[in-house]
Amino acid sequence: MSKPKARISFTVDGKKCSAAPGQTILQAAKDNGIYIPALCRWEGFKPAGACRVCTVRVGGRYMAACTQPVTDGMAVENDVPDLQDMRKALIEMLFVEGNHMCPTCEKSGNCELQALAYRFLMLVPRFPFQFPARRVEPAGKKILLEHNRCIKCLRCVRGVRTRDNKAVFGTLRRSRDKKISVDQVLASALTDKQARQAMDRCPVGSILKKEVGFAVPIGRRKYDKEPIGSDVEKARG
Amino acid sequence: MPAEGSLASILARHRRDRTRLIDILREVQAKNGHISPEAAAEIAAGLGLSTVEVEGAATFYHFFSARPAGTYAVYLNDNIVSVMKGRAAVASAFEKAAGCRFGETTPDGRIGLYRTSCIGMNDQEPAALINGVVFTKLTPAKVKLIVEGMNAGMNVRAMIAATGDGANAAKLVRAMVKNNIRKEGPVILASFRSGAAVKKAVKITPEGVIAEVKKANLLGRGGAGFPTGLKWEFCRREKGENHYVVCNADEGEPGTFKDRVILTERPHLLFEGMTVAGYAVGARKGLLYLRGEYAYLAPYLESLLAGLRKKNLLGKRIAGKAGFSFDIEIKLGAGAYVCGEESALLQSAQGERGEPRDRPPFPVQSGFLFQPTTVNNVETLCAAARIIEKGADWFKAMGTPRSAGTKVLSVSGDCKKPGVYEVPFGLTVRRLLEMAGGPDAQAVQIGGPSGACISRGQLERAIAFEDLATGGSIIVIGPGRDLFEVIRNFMEFFVEESCGWCVPCRAGNPLLLRKLEKIMSGKGTPADIIEIESWGRIIKAMSRCGLGQTSPNPILTTIQNFREMYESKVERGRDFLPEFDLAEAVKEASAVTGQVFAASDTEQSHE
Ligand SMILES: Cc1cc2nc3c(=O)[nH]c(=O)nc-3n(C[C@H](O)[C@H](O)[C@H](O)COP(=O)(O)O)c2cc1C
Ligand code: SF4
Ligand code: SF4
Repeated sequence: MSKPKARISFTVDGKKCSAAPGQTILQAAKDNGIYIPALCRWEGFKPAGACRVCTVRVGGRYMAACTQPVTDGMAVENDVPDLQDMRKALIEMLFVEGNHMCPTCEKSGNCELQALAYRFLMLVPRFPFQFPARRVEPAGKKILLEHNRCIKCLRCVRGVRTRDNKAVFGTLRRSRDKKISVDQVLASALTDKQARQAMDRCPVGSILKKEVGFAVPIGRRKYDKEPIGSDVEKARG
Repeated sequence: MPAEGSLASILARHRRDRTRLIDILREVQAKNGHISPEAAAEIAAGLGLSTVEVEGAATFYHFFSARPAGTYAVYLNDNIVSVMKGRAAVASAFEKAAGCRFGETTPDGRIGLYRTSCIGMNDQEPAALINGVVFTKLTPAKVKLIVEGMNAGMNVRAMIAATGDGANAAKLVRAMVKNNIRKEGPVILASFRSGAAVKKAVKITPEGVIAEVKKANLLGRGGAGFPTGLKWEFCRREKGENHYVVCNADEGEPGTFKDRVILTERPHLLFEGMTVAGYAVGARKGLLYLRGEYAYLAPYLESLLAGLRKKNLLGKRIAGKAGFSFDIEIKLGAGAYVCGEESALLQSAQGERGEPRDRPPFPVQSGFLFQPTTVNNVETLCAAARIIEKGADWFKAMGTPRSAGTKVLSVSGDCKKPGVYEVPFGLTVRRLLEMAGGPDAQAVQIGGPSGACISRGQLERAIAFEDLATGGSIIVIGPGRDLFEVIRNFMEFFVEESCGWCVPCRAGNPLLLRKLEKIMSGKGTPADIIEIESWGRIIKAMSRCGLGQTSPNPILTTIQNFREMYESKVERGRDFLPEFDLAEAVKEASAVTGQVFAASDTEQSHE
């Protein structure tokens, strides 16, 4: 047995925190009861650094908290007005990049994009709506891909794999034309449980399991009750 | 045995190795003119991947297509210098003669017309690639002949009127490309005797080689300026099964083409630099990642590598040194600017979409095949070889105290002598403009779109890491050019070349472009200038890699250096102007209903 390494200390907005060596800023902050907003992150998946909402500032440099390891003595800026505004801008970019008609969405109330918009008190995006032409596509037998809402967080690409470790979801093209797609054969072979899981893990209403969209009515969903991040902050007390 | 040329035989030749996916796709595209869904499925099955993974890689790169691209696939460069040199007339000549629009193929599938980002020929624009063969200095008259040739079923190579100078005329190249070497410096473009660096290197220890490169204060020429000796030292110290040397010959920054000239005229110096690097870091293998646009050089470079193996300058016991083996493989890209970013390059080289990685870990820790890797620019490796040949002191005597040695610059645009200039660091922009014959420039773009646009008031600034750092792209913008068109062209480039991974770059750059166009259209207000600057800062701060972190530079550096140009475009004293003209937007409906909106309807409330 190698001897356990000492914990490292760091600060978030001046608050003293401690972390295990190798932890990312995001994990370590969470363990210390500090919420750093994030959208593409999913516990247990390799961090993607795709949404950049968890960007923090250390010594004037910007870095994604989900991929950057904590180092001893690090002074992290998190809840500061200019940074929060830049994060809010990213949320706004996502709203104008796709077509998000929340009142008609199966995910409303359980949607992390919507929940972050509330948390950041977003009223109207500062950016003009792009109204891209996007489609709804069947993806195998069990699910639909609602491309209007996809924010390319890559959770599905990272997380949904077959038993022999083949990716069921993938990305096509690049730039603003980038698009999520599936291997039709593998997607049809998903079990009901896997399909359900894919839908639940999608932060928005882009992966829809056929026939179950409105099982829980709007108003009784997760973020209808309390803001996103409350669980982390409650733990700190 | 699978039939020669069949997909099965291509897969077998690449040992069904998943990390060779891009090589496989290149072959399939070249053979079939596209990568069909059936081919994608067969490749996936052969490599143990899902079909969507193969489609993902195939749709990432410019030079792959899911539908037949045409027996003759024409890729016309659309960068700004091509535009300055008459791209519009050339493009319409292609459309007229071929009988199809850009983005389409002719009904018989013979000719396909496409646009592409800078192909590294800025000193001889307008230029295009046709089935990988370079055509330079195009004119509508030449286009007509080329299309006639294609319609007659001619071999593309046979359509070249004359070959260029130097090795461009070599049997294995036969390209019409010109070198345009305007100034040969002592480090990179001076003549080189094969073996001169490697034979010296093996007489000292690897640590000794690193110490010499460190002493020379060699900074990376690819743009970031990281000390090369230090990078080699980090790489050497890392533990791994294998260490790798990767030469970054992606050269995608619009306006740079110096690496192409080095690869054509000083390939031995480069190979020797890679070998010296291999010796220093303890690598047995080097990769030359060559951008797809330069594939025409690959057979020639392969033949030179074969020659080096014969001369025992590659292979086992190089130059008689026991235990020192090293060899070089050429890996071709397939059209993606972001693959010049070192971690995206590594992904591409191991058969993936060219999407950057998160750092840490850095390539020196986890690079090619996740092994310790030093990624260096073509020119950096050449300089390293020369340092070993001639010594650190010789090298340091040139340039400035902080920027040792010389820099090879690619100069293009509105100047009489576009081409390659090897100059000592510290040279002023004014002096460079005099040499190149463009003294009356209204603006100079230093370091390509990701660099800075400077005004006449800044011509005394120097090309050096401590002042104007640059990978070497210098675009001269003459008087009378609309600078806004230049900025727009650069922003379109970034929008197109974003890998799409992260939100600020993928979603933000199109918003910057749209805002810029609003200002250009005369419908902007002073608030728009403030907003576009603020959005640009957000994209720079929040983006994941160097592409997004520099993409707002065309706008931000021109607001800084040409503020009056922006101010003259916007209407002073107004807080808001609609982005569109309502009367114009509803013109059709008005015509049908007979209801008329006056233009003033949308504006009067602010008076
Ligand atoms: C979008 C982007 C494109 C790049 N393109 C190139 C390139 O074409 N050639 C190059 O040498 N470096 C390029 N770089 C820099 C590389 O990431 C890397 O820093 C360089 O290859 C290191 O080599 P050096 O230390 O010898 O300069 C690019 C960086 C970015 C962010
Ligand atoms: S489909 Fe959902 S999980 Fe997949 S990338 Fe889009 S938003 Fe993310
Ligand atoms: S900054 Fe642009 S190119 Fe770089 S990872 Fe993000 S989307 Fe891709």
